[in-house]
Amino acid sequence: MAFLVLDGLTKTYGEVRAVDSLSCTVEKGEFVSLLGPSGCGKTTTLQMIAGFATPTSGRIELAGRNLASIPARQRGLGIVFQTYALFMHMTVRENVSFGLEMRKVSGKELKTRVDRALEMVHLGALADRYPRAMSGGQRQRVALARALVIEPELLLLDEPLSNLDAKLREEMQLELRRIQREAGVTTVMVTHDQSEALAMSDRVVVMNGGRLQQVDSPFDVYETPKSSFVSTFLGKSNNFAARLESTSDTGSVLTSGGVTLAGPRASLLPGAAEIAIRPERIELTGPGQGIVSGTVRERIFLGAQWMLAVETAMGEFLVARRNSGNREADIGDTVHLVWAPQDLRILPAKEGARS
Amino acid sequence: MSARPWLLSAPALILFGVLLLVPLGMTFVLSFNAFDFYEGIIPTTGLANYAEVLGDSYYWEIFGRTFGIALATTAICALIGVPQAYILYRLSPVWRSVVVLIVIGPLLISVVVRTLGWAILLGNRGVINTALKDWGLIERPIKMMYTEGGIVLALVHVFVPFMVLAVWAALQRKDPSTEAAAESLGASPFTVFRRIVLPQTVPGILSGSLIVFSMAASSFATPAILGGRRVKVVATTVYDEFMNTLNWPLGAAIAVTLLVAVMIIMITWNRLVERRYGEALQ
Repeated sequence: MAFLVLDGLTKTYGEVRAVDSLSCTVEKGEFVSLLGPSGCGKTTTLQMIAGFATPTSGRIELAGRNLASIPARQRGLGIVFQTYALFMHMTVRENVSFGLEMRKVSGKELKTRVDRALEMVHLGALADRYPRAMSGGQRQRVALARALVIEPELLLLDEPLSNLDAKLREEMQLELRRIQREAGVTTVMVTHDQSEALAMSDRVVVMNGGRLQQVDSPFDVYETPKSSFVSTFLGKSNNFAARLESTSDTGSVLTSGGVTLAGPRASLLPGAAEIAIRPERIELTGPGQGIVSGTVRERIFLGAQWMLAVETAMGEFLVARRNSGNREADIGDTVHLVWAPQDLRILPAKEGARS
Repeated sequence: MSARPWLLSAPALILFGVLLLVPLGMTFVLSFNAFDFYEGIIPTTGLANYAEVLGDSYYWEIFGRTFGIALATTAICALIGVPQAYILYRLSPVWRSVVVLIVIGPLLISVVVRTLGWAILLGNRGVINTALKDWGLIERPIKMMYTEGGIVLALVHVFVPFMVLAVWAALQRKDPSTEAAAESLGASPFTVFRRIVLPQTVPGILSGSLIVFSMAASSFATPAILGGRRVKVVATTVYDEFMNTLNWPLGAAIAVTLLVAVMIIMITWNRLVERRYGEALQ
């Protein structure tokens, strides 16, 4: 039995199905991200787990008990809010103590546990400051310490890093993961940032339009997306409408824009399909050796790599080229693109694309 | 370039100067003049009027009563206004706009009409006393007209909106997730209100109190109608000195004393609260 079970969870606001029969499980100690664009229902899902929103239908089970009849304040979950929601009129120590005071912890035990929580987030020295006198990163840690000090069964993170600047965000990703491992707490994080989800999670739950798209490890969700949405939402991808001509154990034959392509075995029936290929899997080759040829329309230098936009018979390709220190193809050059057939992903056609 | 802001705000500044500063300055000068029953105002400079105001227990009593009424009004306004503002804050937008209209309702009615309404309710043969007598609850009417209590009641009625709006503004500035955060940490709704919401409304209560107190201390029409000659406050005393005794310099001295006293009380109150909450609330 999984630790956290979401079963057919649905929330409707009038006609809008914010969350549509979502089912997934989280194991004890696992770090799971709910990932999707804004409005995909990930925050509503978190609100329902936290107890701030009531599910229209469906079931939430935590450690074997049904949460339906348990109000938010008795669920005992640690929550880190997007805005941190710190109590501005209290010092850091008072903020962190609050949850324990509500649990009638006092005296020496209160002090020890608060000190331990503050130590865990490296804020021991700032315990008597007010949040107003702290930086965004420090406030974030206070919010985390406040949520963890009550030793929750489940930690919920609502876009915890979105208010930090880029550099700090990367530092906090590692820091947050370290703290989560140290505390050994089962964690559900909501985020719209795919790199954050990939970097931090054990598993990623991709959502769109209130529906679950795919649940997998970060590697699998990136490498083997099961739908057009997942392939384009996570990382960059070149997606084209295609026709699956035939497929067998040895591979598939497809056509797209008049170009015949080889691909891996497909789990679809021949007919309309979509193909996806990552920009970093495409190589440039000599004349006559490419799968498709085209003209460079745009060239962007990103430091570690170049990004080329190549106009071909199939459509526009994005090609990532590792910066090897040599001259790169320039705008207007004709280039020949090649990739290994197994790097091609064959997805259901867009119409009726559903998980 | 630098003259432009001044030029643009000139009309407002002139209006402000002519209508407020000039009369205030003239009242200030007048307060140092002397008065003789036969000769009228004598343009001398002396502190005789202030000596009279500060040396006479009659005036001390009037000032004491005025500040007592103002303090009671402020305290009751805070007690009613803070929960009212919190309810307003929690309402859905549609209901909120309806309730806001009800809250500011008293301000839409002329002070004289409103106060005479209270007089009809509170009089010995007024609505309340007649009703209570008809139901057999009392034998002799309860005295409500011409009492401090009656004045406080009518002042609270009209000043509560200022407290509600000030506290509401403070509530809107706070992070709405703080209540959810406290709830998730195990706080009951009452604890959330007492330990999370209330402290964050302190700046609103402070500014609301300052408005209500200064307006209550200088209010005229309500104490004049509901207090009459028997319950004198500073504003009605000033009026009597100007209009009945015709001792303008003494009236001016009382008015200036009120102004200075109110300002001292407000500044002290502000300092006290800032020292107490300074670091946590800005």
